Amino acid sequence: MYFSDETQKASRKLTEQWQANVQNTLKTNTDWKNRFSTVSDLDIKRLYTPEDLQNTDFARDIGAPGEFPYLRGNQVTGYRGQPWTFRMFSGMGSAEDTNARWHLLLREGQTGLSTAFDFPTLMGYDSDSPKALGEVGKCGVAIDTLEDFLALIDDIPLDRVTTSMTINPPATVLWAMYCAAAEIKGVPLNQIGGTIQNDMLKEFIAQKTFMCPPEPSVRLISDTVEFGAKYVPRWNPISISGYHIREAGATAVQELAFTLRDGIEYVEDILRRKKMSVDDFAPRLSFFFNAHIDLFEEICKLRAARRIWAKVMRDRFGAKNPRSLWMRFHVQTAGCSLTAQQPYNNVVRTTIEALAAVLGGTQSLHTNSLDEVLCLPSEHAVEIALRTQQILAEETGVVNTIDPLAGSYFVESLTNEMEAKAWEYIEKIDAMGGMVAAIERGYPQMEIADAAYTFQRQIEAKEKIMVGVNKYATEAQHPVPLVEIDEKVGEEQIRRLKDLRRRRDSRAVSQSLADLRAACKNGANVMPHCITAVKNLATEQEICDVYREVYGEYRDPGLY
Amino acid sequence: MPERKIRVMVAKPGLDGHDRGARILARCFRDAGFEVIYTGCHQTPEQVAAAAIQEDVDLVGLSCLSGAHRILFPRVVELLREKNASDITVIGGGIIPEQDFQMLYDAGIQAIFTPGASLDSIVDWIRTHIQARN
Repeated sequence: MYFSDETQKASRKLTEQWQANVQNTLKTNTDWKNRFSTVSDLDIKRLYTPEDLQNTDFARDIGAPGEFPYLRGNQVTGYRGQPWTFRMFSGMGSAEDTNARWHLLLREGQTGLSTAFDFPTLMGYDSDSPKALGEVGKCGVAIDTLEDFLALIDDIPLDRVTTSMTINPPATVLWAMYCAAAEIKGVPLNQIGGTIQNDMLKEFIAQKTFMCPPEPSVRLISDTVEFGAKYVPRWNPISISGYHIREAGATAVQELAFTLRDGIEYVEDILRRKKMSVDDFAPRLSFFFNAHIDLFEEICKLRAARRIWAKVMRDRFGAKNPRSLWMRFHVQTAGCSLTAQQPYNNVVRTTIEALAAVLGGTQSLHTNSLDEVLCLPSEHAVEIALRTQQILAEETGVVNTIDPLAGSYFVESLTNEMEAKAWEYIEKIDAMGGMVAAIERGYPQMEIADAAYTFQRQIEAKEKIMVGVNKYATEAQHPVPLVEIDEKVGEEQIRRLKDLRRRRDSRAVSQSLADLRAACKNGANVMPHCITAVKNLATEQEICDVYREVYGEYRDPGLY
Repeated sequence: MPERKIRVMVAKPGLDGHDRGARILARCFRDAGFEVIYTGCHQTPEQVAAAAIQEDVDLVGLSCLSGAHRILFPRVVELLREKNASDITVIGGGIIPEQDFQMLYDAGIQAIFTPGASLDSIVDWIRTHIQARN
């Protein structure tokens, strides 16, 4: 940043004097820790000064909100125009159970919906598949057919509430159900808004819900982006996600770099496969990050993310529409930072992480409940988590001014450092031939495994501390009530499927699946065929089996 | 003849993809000098049992964070018994509420490790309880 010669001279002098003072003090009072580093193990200096920002140009690198490089946010009015969307991720048991939780959350002031599906739904298996044994309704809601989906969104105003769906390999199917449901309820496709996660690269890298190999998986995503651009313009057809990369043990820089490189891969695939220019679809690409416990590291990561993406879109892809340069993102606080021990401390952790997300300028936020490390959240726990966001937005004053930490020697310096380290990774993956190639050689997977193992070793050696786990542990516990999902949910889903298979028009089902198979083979967009299939009451697995048959199945290589 | 190393299989039964703990343990067991086989995610109990027998392991460590442990863990033990391989020790870990411990012990799971268990405590348990079979 620009500082006058006089200021620079004064600063250098003050810093030198301060350094001498530090050396003197350390002779008698040593620091209480050997190392001061972030949770991701980045070393942090004792003090940051104007010298750290000598190469930072205010107009070029920081700028104004709503202007390139969007470091300070996409919106010119910041959180004054509107606060972030309070979007709690929820799903449990049956469609009816989840619908009841959604209505509760909306009554309590939530402003957007977000769907957690159970593992069989996430993996493209019906509730009656042998693979679904023991899993139905456990980690989220079980959805097998359009009928389940209609029960899920019962009495939800699809033209006013936006809904996010954390669904990846079967994203086309669940989105088709949403589109079909909207049609049934008389809401035109161009009025519905929401997000499908639909980011397969991070599944291979980290989250491990996969179905087909990387290449065809990316192809299906390009179909959704094209379909959205043409018919569902308010939908985000992808949420390019770092959240799960981080949860798998990545550092903040790895999360940043791998997520953005995934974004680049998708843009390249769409440009290669579809007759669209970058500005036709880039404004609808959305992102999803983790907010971990290291306050400043997270704020800087989010700020850096916006600046890198703006540069990528402008310089690498030649985007002209300012909205193409915007990185819009959702944030979830870090599940992996929570502890099963002394679980009430998790409220404090989540609050700090939520603050990081807000100071980093998120558009949308999920705050974890204190019991999520143990089970699905109870109503009481989820209420505290939602209230945490409301307190931040309405009591703390953090919404008053835009990007309040800009110009801080430390924050700008750490933002720069994270950006530089992210570019190194991006260039390395470019040199490998892109992210699919890097995944095939296990590169991001092993980088994350290394970081996760290092962190665990640091916890064991007490070099990093988790309160209540490796320090301040107590025998006395204040247990939280656990939410349990009844095994009956699975039995009921199986009964429903059996009943549905008896009464649907099986010829129409077969025909629509045959049409979908043809589209998979000839390269036509699969989305219209998916919508027809779900309307004919084809099950989720029947549609996914078509993908498996045409594209083959991907198996976890089990890298560690 | 050199002493046979303890052979350990880390397995992820069910559809759960939360494999951070499993992979850290696999690496930790390798560093501890065990022979390690890691199945990767999304194994059926049948696949886990068959692989354990095929690989002639001394111990199977099951990891599950989805809540399906009550069904999947006992099933693995049952399948090993059916195949006359009940000399293979089965332990488990993940997000497992304390109230489920007894039913898992009753089903033949010999030890359960939950979040916060140190890597060393798991390695020590294995060294104490497992003799490498020849």
